[in-house]
Amino acid sequence: MKLGEYEVGSFFDEMFAENGRPRAIARPLARNIESLPPGELVNRQLAADRALVQSGITFNVYGESAGIEKTLPFDLVPRIVAAVEWDRIERGLKQRIRALNLFIDDLYHNQKIIKDKVVPGEIVTSSKGFRKQCVGLNPPRGVWCHITGTDLVRHNDGQIYVLEDNLRCPSGVSYVLENRRLMKSLFPEVFAASHIRPVSNYPIRLRDMLEDLASEEVSSPRVVLLTPGIYNSAYFEHSFLAQQMGIELVEGSDLVVSDGFVWMRTTKGFERVDVIYRRIDDDFIDPEAFRPDSMLGVPGLMEVYKSGNVAMANAPGSGVADDKVVYAYVPRIIKYYLGEDPILPNVPTYICAEPDDLKYVLEHLPELVVKAANESGGYGMLIGPHSREEERREFADRIRANPRNYIAQPTLSLSRVPTLVDGHLEGRHVDLRPYILYGKDIFVLPGGLTRVALKKGSLVVNSSQGGGSKDTWVLAENPLTNGDKSENIGPGATQMAGSTA
Amino acid sequence: MLSRVADSIYWMSRYVERAENVARFVDVNLNLMLDSPSGEAQQWLPLVNITGDHADFEKRYPVATQHDVIQFLTFDRDNPNSIISCLRSARENARSVREVISSEMWLQLNSFYLMVNSAAAGGSSLDTPHDFFNQVKLSSHLFMGLTDATMTQGEGWHFCRLGRTLERADKTSRILDVKYFILLRSVADVGTPFDEVQWAAVLRSASAFEMYRKRHGRISPNAIVEFLLLDPEFPRAIRFCLNTARDSLHAITGTPIGTYRKAPEKLLGQLCSDLAYANVEDITTEGLHEYLDGLQTNMNLVSAGVYETLFARRAPEPRALGKERLQKHE
Repeated sequence: MKLGEYEVGSFFDEMFAENGRPRAIARPLARNIESLPPGELVNRQLAADRALVQSGITFNVYGESAGIEKTLPFDLVPRIVAAVEWDRIERGLKQRIRALNLFIDDLYHNQKIIKDKVVPGEIVTSSKGFRKQCVGLNPPRGVWCHITGTDLVRHNDGQIYVLEDNLRCPSGVSYVLENRRLMKSLFPEVFAASHIRPVSNYPIRLRDMLEDLASEEVSSPRVVLLTPGIYNSAYFEHSFLAQQMGIELVEGSDLVVSDGFVWMRTTKGFERVDVIYRRIDDDFIDPEAFRPDSMLGVPGLMEVYKSGNVAMANAPGSGVADDKVVYAYVPRIIKYYLGEDPILPNVPTYICAEPDDLKYVLEHLPELVVKAANESGGYGMLIGPHSREEERREFADRIRANPRNYIAQPTLSLSRVPTLVDGHLEGRHVDLRPYILYGKDIFVLPGGLTRVALKKGSLVVNSSQGGGSKDTWVLAENPLTNGDKSENIGPGATQMAGSTA
Repeated sequence: MLSRVADSIYWMSRYVERAENVARFVDVNLNLMLDSPSGEAQQWLPLVNITGDHADFEKRYPVATQHDVIQFLTFDRDNPNSIISCLRSARENARSVREVISSEMWLQLNSFYLMVNSAAAGGSSLDTPHDFFNQVKLSSHLFMGLTDATMTQGEGWHFCRLGRTLERADKTSRILDVKYFILLRSVADVGTPFDEVQWAAVLRSASAFEMYRKRHGRISPNAIVEFLLLDPEFPRAIRFCLNTARDSLHAITGTPIGTYRKAPEKLLGQLCSDLAYANVEDITTEGLHEYLDGLQTNMNLVSAGVYETLFARRAPEPRALGKERLQKHE
């Protein structure tokens, strides 16, 4: 396939420089694609699509009738990240998550940051994610948010920005692992030439981190993954991670609280549970502490959690820092707790609760992206340049009615990656969600989920709104010399038994 | 193992076995019709009787034509026991225990489901029905083979085997029941070549024809009943299935075979002993139908007992928990 016809356009392209030549990091891949006979790239794409359907790697779409499963569209041209760039991203993410955890811990204790007037108190107390039930709690090592999936984007200026901190139950890591598995079978030649950092150890790191949360008195802690059940949109991921970690996947009704501990119902009676990786929102984990109508949770769970007899990841209450208004203060939060300047900048953000910003936002709606503070998945959002007059008018009314609930940002021109469309490559906008584990230390999975807006010109990468995904290749700084690739079948191989007739 | 998970594994396995057996009934009947002398009334309704869905069928289909019966048993999504519904249920159960079964099992079951689904959508698969039903049988065998070859043969695997063998015993008993009833009713045909063709078909539907010939040689109704009901070595014979089910149940509970602690262990043990000492002449004299009916009822009681003792969600007893905790963390 010829790459000469590919149009970089006026965007930052992750694979090609402005002159249309492949960037240094993408050369082995570009060479490989050019060497493929016509139609071969499409064949490999079809093979990947088939593999996804057969392995049932699916998500459920809300709003459609129960049981509707779709595969997340996968595009086989990867996003490649240079080692030196990744190094900066990794340091930036570690800095950010350390500061955010100090912030959450402070909010549920002395609230020094509010007393020092760095963050307005009403922003915090009015955040949907703030749980008064969590005030004064001390999760192990003071860490609240153990698993984070931060959304990063690159703008036209080449700079990487943090778009969102997903501190509640970020999903998507299973696609990272499955996409990689697919790519290794589709492009083995390129893998051999490119020195790509592996991602397959994520489930091992995740389980280690979770086991470390258990009370020290427990010698071999039992860790479970709590899922809302098979109709949840991320069910595949819950089951995949439980399988890869070798832990039980439980539903709320499998667990019961008794004697001050959490137990699971087994065919041999009740067994104690020490750590819960919960993929259910705070609101639903315990009908006695939070929403009484929740059928998904475990009555009494919060009491056991408070007593320290069970650990939970992420800690209930950590969603307070996931608020999009709180996001706007993160650079100041980093400075306040760590005394450092942020390594990764925020996207400039207008806070509608502040009168000057509100005025600006209402006057500049056609250029801005407006987001509701507590929505995710691309819902509750207005993209100014792509909106109609009446949509903007309606949104303006909503903002005036509840300014606290909105922020606005300039419309970024997200970077693009070549994507296979109708048999040839076209640029499509992408973001990047790396995954961060915070236990005894901080681990950042090299790469993450590259989400791609498959519709031409679209900036919305969410799977629920026509987005797909790509593999993300983080290159190793010093390509490892593979000295252990011997073809020897080993000493003294015994001959196989066979018929001598 | 979580009770919910054990429950799902058990039903996943039962539903795959059920789909396979439905394919067997239909396929054999198709073959039989090809051997029927012209003008012979087509016997399709008995197939609906085998699965016990007679009432449901009559509500929605006026006449038991070949097309309607096959449609009902194969692609009718409103019939919970049709092949497509069985596979949907099997897959739904598998989906909720994906982390417990092996990836190979899941992949195979998912492909199996997709194959039947696209056959249902395509509509032309029943033009070559033999190929299609054969594919269903082979897919089920592949699933079973993968279960044995890729899943740790611990508790989960035993639940698989328990579900499969109980389902198979039930279906073999139904094939025998319905066919025996029809065949003996048409007294005029007894002893004629047509009769032998029919009896051979009963054996074929349980893949038992060749094995039967090796064991008994001549085709005789009593020997066939003995083979499908009481043979201790043929893998689709009821006795063989129940012995296997008993082994798995005891492997799960840890109770030594020959003793019992829980109700289903007692009942299943009694059934196995009963079959071990049964005599085919006594059974057919007393009435095969009555015997099989009683057997089916008891097998249903075993299944209900398994649910009651191993799957049902009971409330905890605080004292008992304290003890378990001490044991676990010593």
